[in-house]
Amino acid sequence: MPEHACGECCTEILGLGVSLGRTRVLENINLRLNCGELVAVIGPNGAGKTTLLKAILGEVEYNGQIGFSIRGALRKNIHIGYVPQKLSIDYDTPVSVLDFIAMAISRRPVWLRLSAGVKDKVHALLTEFSCQHLMKRKIGALSGGELQRVLLAAAMTPAPDLLLLDEPASAVDAKGLALFYQLVCDVRRKYDVSVLLVTHDLADVAPHADRMIFLKKTILAQGKPGDVLSDRDLLKTLGPSLWNISELANFKIAVKEKDTHDAGLA
Amino acid sequence: MPAWLEYDFMRNALFAAILIAPLFALLGTVVVSNRMVFFSDVLGHSSLTGIALGCLLGLADPFWAVVIFAAVLAVLINFFKAHTHASSDTVLGVFFALVVAVGIVILSKSGGFAKYSNYLIGDILAVNTGHLRVLGCLLAAVVAYWGWAANALVLMTINQSLARTRRIPVFWLETSFSIVLAVVVAVSIKLVGILIINSLLVLPVAAARLVSRKFSDYTCGAVIISVVSSVAGLIVSYYWGTASGATIVLFAAAFYGVIAFFSIISKRV
Repeated sequence: MPEHACGECCTEILGLGVSLGRTRVLENINLRLNCGELVAVIGPNGAGKTTLLKAILGEVEYNGQIGFSIRGALRKNIHIGYVPQKLSIDYDTPVSVLDFIAMAISRRPVWLRLSAGVKDKVHALLTEFSCQHLMKRKIGALSGGELQRVLLAAAMTPAPDLLLLDEPASAVDAKGLALFYQLVCDVRRKYDVSVLLVTHDLADVAPHADRMIFLKKTILAQGKPGDVLSDRDLLKTLGPSLWNISELANFKIAVKEKDTHDAGLA
Repeated sequence: MPAWLEYDFMRNALFAAILIAPLFALLGTVVVSNRMVFFSDVLGHSSLTGIALGCLLGLADPFWAVVIFAAVLAVLINFFKAHTHASSDTVLGVFFALVVAVGIVILSKSGGFAKYSNYLIGDILAVNTGHLRVLGCLLAAVVAYWGWAANALVLMTINQSLARTRRIPVFWLETSFSIVLAVVVAVSIKLVGILIINSLLVLPVAAARLVSRKFSDYTCGAVIISVVSSVAGLIVSYYWGTASGATIVLFAAAFYGVIAFFSIISKRV
């Protein structure tokens, strides 16, 4: 069980601002991610979504504070589980899924033969994320959906303070995406981990997100997905390619179903 | 005992080939996966400047000048890449041109370049027991480094941000690998030759890549192909009276050609 499965901790972003060269890309971002909460960040291209991720990952300089707070004490060091959008290796690189996970969870060199113990551990982990059948495949040759599941398995070992997902929808078909979001939902309940997910895809993520954040340099709106997405003026800034009437219709049905479901649970 | 083994220089050359081959195969796996082929070529060619600096300093053997210059250059290129937005291809192109030009200008002063031409094609037959000792220590050091760093290096190759979230100091890791690579290239340059040293890093690994699915097979395959082509190339060069380095490369290329041919055929069927 992670140390923070207590409801008393959260990832805090206070007064965050980022400049790239002379351009102010982000300013005055205040965000609190409670544990077990799934937050989706949406916004037009160039709104600073990727920069926000980079700031949390510590890859760009920023002012303000980013940290993990346990009972009010802010710790700068956040243990992040990161699921990148894509890999930077070639299709044919001889690194199997087993190699990749073994590298992430054990110190035993993967260029030597892996012990049965490590193999069993990897198999158990992959099974939890419904991808045990991919163990011997080359990681560069996986489909978008398969890769996301494997990366998620690695990101959750050991259980992080915060799970960051970068555009999971970009290379995944609709069926794969539904399965992936379901896995993410299960994982955050099981580990009580907060999830921050940056996405272009509004309709599919909306039913799963607890909170949606509309980002354009700063946070323009946040709240339940239904509330944020009913602001038509805001949505127009996303551009017609990302948001059309049919998607809106699908989305409304999805949110209604979820709300009814939640009300039923309450 | 076969005729070629009756000579001391051939026995030494055989030991040298058996020590160098696995070194190049190990490092090559990351060089190829991390798209550092051009980078290692620049390091190889930097030995021209290293030799030139050695001459200017009045050293009888420019060995240490070559090693130190290559290591410094590796760090410099890494620093440059991290702090400019130029594509790494361009940065490497600039450094490549610079190190070759500086080396040739200094070495060709008063028409003396010819006496350094053996660095271009290398001479593994000139290896002595001192060199062998250095190579042995280097192999032991690189294997130890590999035990410590290989996982992190591969993870870094897969995705740098992901590696950082797993507490891997990406910049320092990349720099340490560049230095190790620079030292290995510089130490072997006299034996293998500037013009072909990169082929030893690339060919066995490229061949092993075609038939491996996991990293341990990849490494093991590259080491075997590298050692077999080195020994075979050395023996054949004795009978043909050709330069050993280039003959070794021909064998490695033949491995690649045959494996590539069969892997294409097997995919078609």
